[in-house]
Amino acid sequence: MSAPLLDIRDLSVTFSITRQGGWPWSAPHRLQAVRGASLTLAPGQTLGLVGESGSGKSTLARAIVGTVPASEGQVLWRGKDIVSMTAEQHRNHGRHVQMVFQDPLDALNPRMTVGQIVAEPLRTHFPNLSKAEIHRKVGAMMERVGLLPALINRYPHEFSGGQCQRIGIARALITDPELVVCDEPVSALDVSVQAQVVNLLQELQREMGLALLFIAHDLSVVRHISHRIAVMYLGRIVEVAEAEELIENPRHPYTKALIASVPIPAPKAERARHRPVLQGELPSPMSPPSGCVFRTRCPIAQPNCADAPPAVQKLDDTHWVACPYHANTDKPVQI
Amino acid sequence: MSLLEITDLTVSFDTPDGTVKAVNGMTLSLEAGESLAIVGESGSGKTQLAFATLGLLAKNGRAAGSIRFDGQEILNLPEAQLNAIRADQIAMIFQDPMTSLNPYLRVGEQMAEVLMLHKGASRRDAMTESAQMLDAVRIPDARARLRMYPHEFSGGMRQRIMIAMALLCRPRLLIADEPTTALDVTVQNQIMDLMGDIQRDFGTALILITHDLAIVAGSCQRTLVMYGGRVMEMGATDDLFEAPSHPYTRGLLNAVPRLDVPQEMLQTIPGDPPDLTALPAGCPFSPRCPIRHGPCADIMPSLDGFAARRLRACHADREAVT
Amino acid sequence: MFATKSVADDLATAPLKGRSLWADARARFFHNRAAVTGLIVLIAVACFAIMGPFIAPWNNEDIDWNVLGNVQTGGRPSLETGHWFGTDALGRDLFARTVQGTQISLLVGIVGALISVIVGTLYGAVAGYFGGRIDNVMMRVVDVLMSIPYMFVLILLLVVFGRSLFMLFVGIGLVSWLDMARIARGQTLTLKGKAYIEAARATGVRPFTIILRHIIPNLLGVVIVYATLLVPSMIIYESFISFLGLGVQEPLTSWGALINDGAAEMTNGTLWMLTWPLLFFVITLFGFFFVGDGLRDALDPKDR
Repeated sequence: MSAPLLDIRDLSVTFSITRQGGWPWSAPHRLQAVRGASLTLAPGQTLGLVGESGSGKSTLARAIVGTVPASEGQVLWRGKDIVSMTAEQHRNHGRHVQMVFQDPLDALNPRMTVGQIVAEPLRTHFPNLSKAEIHRKVGAMMERVGLLPALINRYPHEFSGGQCQRIGIARALITDPELVVCDEPVSALDVSVQAQVVNLLQELQREMGLALLFIAHDLSVVRHISHRIAVMYLGRIVEVAEAEELIENPRHPYTKALIASVPIPAPKAERARHRPVLQGELPSPMSPPSGCVFRTRCPIAQPNCADAPPAVQKLDDTHWVACPYHANTDKPVQI
Repeated sequence: MSLLEITDLTVSFDTPDGTVKAVNGMTLSLEAGESLAIVGESGSGKTQLAFATLGLLAKNGRAAGSIRFDGQEILNLPEAQLNAIRADQIAMIFQDPMTSLNPYLRVGEQMAEVLMLHKGASRRDAMTESAQMLDAVRIPDARARLRMYPHEFSGGMRQRIMIAMALLCRPRLLIADEPTTALDVTVQNQIMDLMGDIQRDFGTALILITHDLAIVAGSCQRTLVMYGGRVMEMGATDDLFEAPSHPYTRGLLNAVPRLDVPQEMLQTIPGDPPDLTALPAGCPFSPRCPIRHGPCADIMPSLDGFAARRLRACHADREAVT
Repeated sequence: MFATKSVADDLATAPLKGRSLWADARARFFHNRAAVTGLIVLIAVACFAIMGPFIAPWNNEDIDWNVLGNVQTGGRPSLETGHWFGTDALGRDLFARTVQGTQISLLVGIVGALISVIVGTLYGAVAGYFGGRIDNVMMRVVDVLMSIPYMFVLILLLVVFGRSLFMLFVGIGLVSWLDMARIARGQTLTLKGKAYIEAARATGVRPFTIILRHIIPNLLGVVIVYATLLVPSMIIYESFISFLGLGVQEPLTSWGALINDGAAEMTNGTLWMLTWPLLFFVITLFGFFFVGDGLRDALDPKDR
């Protein structure tokens, strides 16, 4: 594997939440949205990040982009720490890392034309570009993502959801970034449009040599697009592996449960599956369980799981799992 | 006689931007105890179909055609008669449970009220019955939960409460509109399992409205695919997934990535969901259809039967849909 | 939008003009009869204030000595004498005085609204966008200013520094932006959660550019609606001050002062002295309210 583009080491993100009914000066609640996350991402690779709501996957993404401050740990970009950058350095860094959002319409300023929206990163990072040059680049980028350049003066509300997402992608790619963080980029889109956007992202990645951090709750989509997948649960990364390996040979009980929960659009195969239903619900992130955060729902939990957070075990060069009992599985999981 | 018989239903809305034709000549029938999935994207009219059935259309909506429930015409019934049928005979579950739960009333009060109103039960009986029903939807410690407020439950729990409430009067038909879309996969799994068990145990007919083909595969006997307010095809779920007879269904199945089979590239359906203010005269899917030909844009294909209880509306030969 | 080839070719020839939200709102506004009527009334009142001095046969300061003794009969509104609206108790032409009062009242209303739009919106947007401690301090300042009984302060200002138009503007300027700052801050907090703000932050756009480019344009809808409703309330404040006899200095006048004068003479059978300024006062306020309502419906179609 080549030198990582992004190397996240022991990253934690903590939010302060004002105590309800408290005095303005009383100490706020602390919510650890991400705890001790470590990941690497190579240039041109796609890292999928899956987890349910409250797993901290979006927060982790925002800490990487820098819109949410990390409380501990490092995010190394080609060896340089982003967390300790000054605001000015950070703004300049924005050229290399861009983001695509879940709700396409929400991500576009309704008072700006498509041209203005797509041009914004250019105007920010290349203030010396002439108007004509910007216009040319924006038109070319719109064409690249499958939009007619003639629509450059239209407003976002005149486009469909899928087209808005294309506009969002055009804005993200206009500065020629090396990493694009996609936060649930297809989950708000119609099924028939999802595939268009997924394919577009894959094409662009190949052509531009982009690295993608692809966040989604839908494991099927993540598996399709990712080279590696990291699974998060309640702020912690519980397992990381190559995509095929993770789906075919999952080791963490949560990964197994997640895979078993994903329905498959094939009735006979679906009925034939062994689908252990994961009991219970996600504990509150405000007061996560002690030790292993998954132990309250874990089918193979042991008493000492409550004692300390499980250490991350390295199974081979590319497969890590945070469960000491990953070998004691009851039954193999069928996809 | 079928439990639900919808014939040539149209639903349209008058908006400042023109008339929105949400449902255009829907015909379907549902037997008692049967489960039917209605699959469609945004703008397919699937939700408005359900709303029309329950008489819940928005003020600017108009419905025409016929909806017979148990032989009785229920389309455009006066509010009072509809109220008697709703909840008692037909119940509905929504995507967001919080919209149908009153945040200021305890869950028990809300459940008991339904029984007291529709069944004339005493308060004590109603409470007991409510507790049993919460038990049936596998909410632990049901008695104590009755005294809690909706916001004290998680999303999955609230959806269970909605199911319990919907089942209180033992309705003969349950309409679930995207019941799991707002939930996480592991919880979605729990709810779908529960719905299957409930349907079996109570003998309720189920209409599951969803955009997600994968959910349908494991849960419903029959599947109906809608597009632009029309039926594209219908059939037993197994047959329909095995051999889709309509290019739209085929396209949908190819467009979703599958966890069990790696795909090199997803096949896409080009274009965007239909604009309901400007539908083509013919097949609504024709602008996006890979095998459209001569008559498609101008003449709506009829919904014709073939094989075992299957229907399709497409001008192309079945062999052409591959 | 993936239209057929011929349509695509058409599109490629000339960039299309988009329909902005403003254009949509304008179309909706002009569909609203009450709002358009209100707008016409306001334009008419504004024309009256601007053109009035040129057509008035009398000056607002000159006393018509012919009517001074018998205002009740000689000062009646009449076309022959040239006193179209009649005269006031001192024999001054009421038409000219109403024109002049309209100028002052509209000016007070518009200056107040402008200060509130500019200062209040910026202040609120900055407080809301930066949040945290900055927000806390900035909004506590607003709270403190709000807790001062400003009518009392305004009266005090006018008494201490003398009655002048400038002092009136200072007083109104001090208070008018406070509500607007709160409204703008609240709106900014909701806007801050929008993904396009986050996109701009992630890209590295500077905070003040974000405020000017993304936040303020999206606040403007609410701000304009509130400003149109603020104009009449500013006019009412001024009228109240003038009614108390502390407003603009004679021989200048305003609606409040005119209404005060008229009300004082009410029992003497010279009702026109009250009716004319009151009529203008009322139709202008209604005009602003209708326009404000129309703007709200037009700019925020969700609330319809």
